[in-house]
Amino acid sequence: MRRVFLFAAAALAMAATAAGAAEVKLLNVSYDPTRELYKDLGAGFAKQWKAKTGDTVILSTSNGGSGAQARAVIDGLQADVVTLALAADIDAISAKAKLLPADWQKRLPQNSTPYTSTIVFLVRKGNPKAIKDWSDLVKPGIQVVTPNPKTSGGARWAYLAAWSFAQKSPGGNADKAKAFVGGLYKNVPVLDSGARGSTVTFTKRGLGDVLLSWENEAHLALKEAPGKYEIVYPSRSILAEPPVALVAKNIDRHNNRKVAEAFVNYLYSPEAQEIEARDFYRPRNPAILAKYKANFPNIPLATIDTDFGGWTKAQQTHFADGGVFDQIYQPGR
Amino acid sequence: MTAATIFSPSTRSRFPGFGLSLGFTLFYLTGIVLVPLLALVLRPFSLHLEDFWTTISAPRVLAALRLSFGTALAAAAIDSFFGFIVAWVLVRYRFPGKRLMDALIDLPFALPTAVAGIALSTLYAPTGWVGSLLADYGIKVAYTPWGVLVAMIFIGLPFTVRTLQPVLQDLGRDLEEAAATLGATRPQAIMRVVVPMMMPALLTGAALAFARGVGEYGSIIFIAGNLPMKSEIAPLLIVTKLEQFDYAGAASIGVVMLAASFVLLLALNGLQVWAAKRR
Amino acid sequence: MKKTRSATDDPPLLRYLLCGIAFVFIALFLVLPLMVVFSEALATGLGPVWTAITDTDSLAAIRLSLLAAAIAVPLNTVFGIAASWAIVKFDFPGKAFLVTLIDLPFSVSPVVAGLIYVLVFGRQGWFGSWLTDHDIHILFALPGIVLATIFVTFPFVARELIPLMSDQGREDEEAALSLGASGFATFWRVTLPNIKWGLLYGVLLCNARALGEFGAVSVVSGHIRGQTNTMPLHVELLYNNYDYVGAFSVAALLALLALLTLALKSFLEWRYADELAAVHRH
Repeated sequence: MRRVFLFAAAALAMAATAAGAAEVKLLNVSYDPTRELYKDLGAGFAKQWKAKTGDTVILSTSNGGSGAQARAVIDGLQADVVTLALAADIDAISAKAKLLPADWQKRLPQNSTPYTSTIVFLVRKGNPKAIKDWSDLVKPGIQVVTPNPKTSGGARWAYLAAWSFAQKSPGGNADKAKAFVGGLYKNVPVLDSGARGSTVTFTKRGLGDVLLSWENEAHLALKEAPGKYEIVYPSRSILAEPPVALVAKNIDRHNNRKVAEAFVNYLYSPEAQEIEARDFYRPRNPAILAKYKANFPNIPLATIDTDFGGWTKAQQTHFADGGVFDQIYQPGR
Repeated sequence: MTAATIFSPSTRSRFPGFGLSLGFTLFYLTGIVLVPLLALVLRPFSLHLEDFWTTISAPRVLAALRLSFGTALAAAAIDSFFGFIVAWVLVRYRFPGKRLMDALIDLPFALPTAVAGIALSTLYAPTGWVGSLLADYGIKVAYTPWGVLVAMIFIGLPFTVRTLQPVLQDLGRDLEEAAATLGATRPQAIMRVVVPMMMPALLTGAALAFARGVGEYGSIIFIAGNLPMKSEIAPLLIVTKLEQFDYAGAASIGVVMLAASFVLLLALNGLQVWAAKRR
Repeated sequence: MKKTRSATDDPPLLRYLLCGIAFVFIALFLVLPLMVVFSEALATGLGPVWTAITDTDSLAAIRLSLLAAAIAVPLNTVFGIAASWAIVKFDFPGKAFLVTLIDLPFSVSPVVAGLIYVLVFGRQGWFGSWLTDHDIHILFALPGIVLATIFVTFPFVARELIPLMSDQGREDEEAALSLGASGFATFWRVTLPNIKWGLLYGVLLCNARALGEFGAVSVVSGHIRGQTNTMPLHVELLYNNYDYVGAFSVAALLALLALLTLALKSFLEWRYADELAAVHRH
């Protein structure tokens, strides 16, 4: 009985995908704040691909919290390319669904990260609470807006940036870092599930004194509402590497490996690096980074590999169930 | 007695379509509802029973369940109270705009929950029409557990009003008149006659509002602060667990909620039997 | 409170008080949220609203929502008719339990409704590997969205029809049958005309909920812009895209659909009050 239904469902599915088969389709499953970036990059790539091969590329994107997106790909969302907030989420796709090789991060240049970013503070015009550095965030009466590290990639980078600040402070150690991060999250009134949700909470809903934000997201907020916010660069932050990867099994099934490979390689091309820089992501290309250096102040950045022993370890220690982040919210500690 | 006689309907000789209608009903129910729910119920038991217990007795999960069930209960109580007044006003009084008010009652049912969510959070945020007024008195609704309550009151209202309205209509005024003739004061007549007669409907309405509130997701995530231990509802925790690839954990919380809704439905059916007997 | 002369009329003061409470409550919880939707949508005039709604992605979302409802609602309608026919016209053991099971989706959290299909059709689920091998997409495609929609709107038609049909009894059909009408003809000529307004009412509710479902669909949709985003999901997407006017424009369109549903429903109630009397007791 169920089979009859499945066949009906399958027929529907095929009808839904059969339309417009003449074009090349590519599905990019991405994290929250890249909406504008991949709109621009998709247009640039489509133009180039059309000139080169005459084919029309239709690049579709799905945006959401990085963990949520990885979960959807694991459950069968037909991503050709994943561009998530951090390596751990792509590792999960590789480990749980075996859709791409375990060493995926070595398959593309520079840790599979064509652009990087960091975590900055977005404050209200004039910085009324005089927030200058991480140490200001744990003061009483300061409201910090940041998403839930359990589901948002940006939030995990922000958490680790705070942690590394506390640990690198004079006399810092893991216990002090834990207490510091705990104090910070005591000042968080809302945990949205994704970075964009937090930005909306901070900007549109007017909640909080400071938003812990992706650098690109903060610049975008400035652009959307000129004169309402300011960006504050803390004394140190973290090198956030949002990686990209081909979902090998899916592109083989969709027969679009050529275009998918061309797309991820395009992300490293000078043209794409320009677009990324214009959308406030730090390009890997040194010449283009230099050209836009006014937007990207040079501050000391911790890295996930040297300071936290890689994502697998950081994920296990801090964000797994019962990890440090959960302990912060346990009562009586 | 054979199976055939057990299942032979009493009116079989006259009425056609028993096999077809019941067969299709069972087939559809099984395929759409029962099999998938079975997948949910069985999922936590792919682990050991202890793991199921560890998941649902974690402080964060307990806090979320407490928030969902506690707030839904409070919302159901508030909806019953105001629902009673609204139903009373709609049945007993004549006033301009009555038909409009009557039609509007169903709005929370017809309005998509996501729309309700962004509307309520816009309204009750510190920058919103109502939120800014409340902020002057230091009251915060959006991004606190109060926000959860507001959203649950919103979505539960039609269920209490719509359950009370027809019963109140049927009740008529004879009983109150009789009570008055027997010397009861008006408050006595209401408290001793009307409210007890309305009890099954009040409870049914409250139970429906409660059931809807416990499971609600769309409108609440926009207005609650989603803070663990504070304003994180159980359905959100299911989504969060899912997004951390913890399928068994998500299913465990899902099973608890499913069990609760099932018990609630059985209670509701019991209520209806009780109400039918009192009629 | 004081004793009044007329036994069943409330004193004027109490009337005003109760009316006042009802008005304030309805205004605060129902009217204001509705007004917010329209006022935010129209914040910059009608032009941007039109642009937002006729945007290709918005149109795709509208088409998807309508398509999902167009599949889910008729299926649930056929189910509702079959279920109420079986339950009302026949006696069999376990009937009360069957009614409870039909009601179950109403009280199941929409998130759980989405989750169960992930557990069945997801790559890690029961049929996951079989579906992958045969390249059949249920989740993150139309079938998954339709399934989630069917689940959350499952009981609505049946819930409206069961009380209505039990009120009407079996006499009409028995008469037709004794005159030699076939079962199908009896249903078509006798039962259906008797229940058509109740049926329409149930379909209306079912359709409103189908167009507006968020939680369940959100879990199984995949959120691909222009492809698997339904209208409520598109509202969320626009809202998260700094496009508040766009978000509230699509929200306003959904609110208008809701109001239209309410208007039709009120009209049905007013016009066919007698035939619907049983429904009110649901």
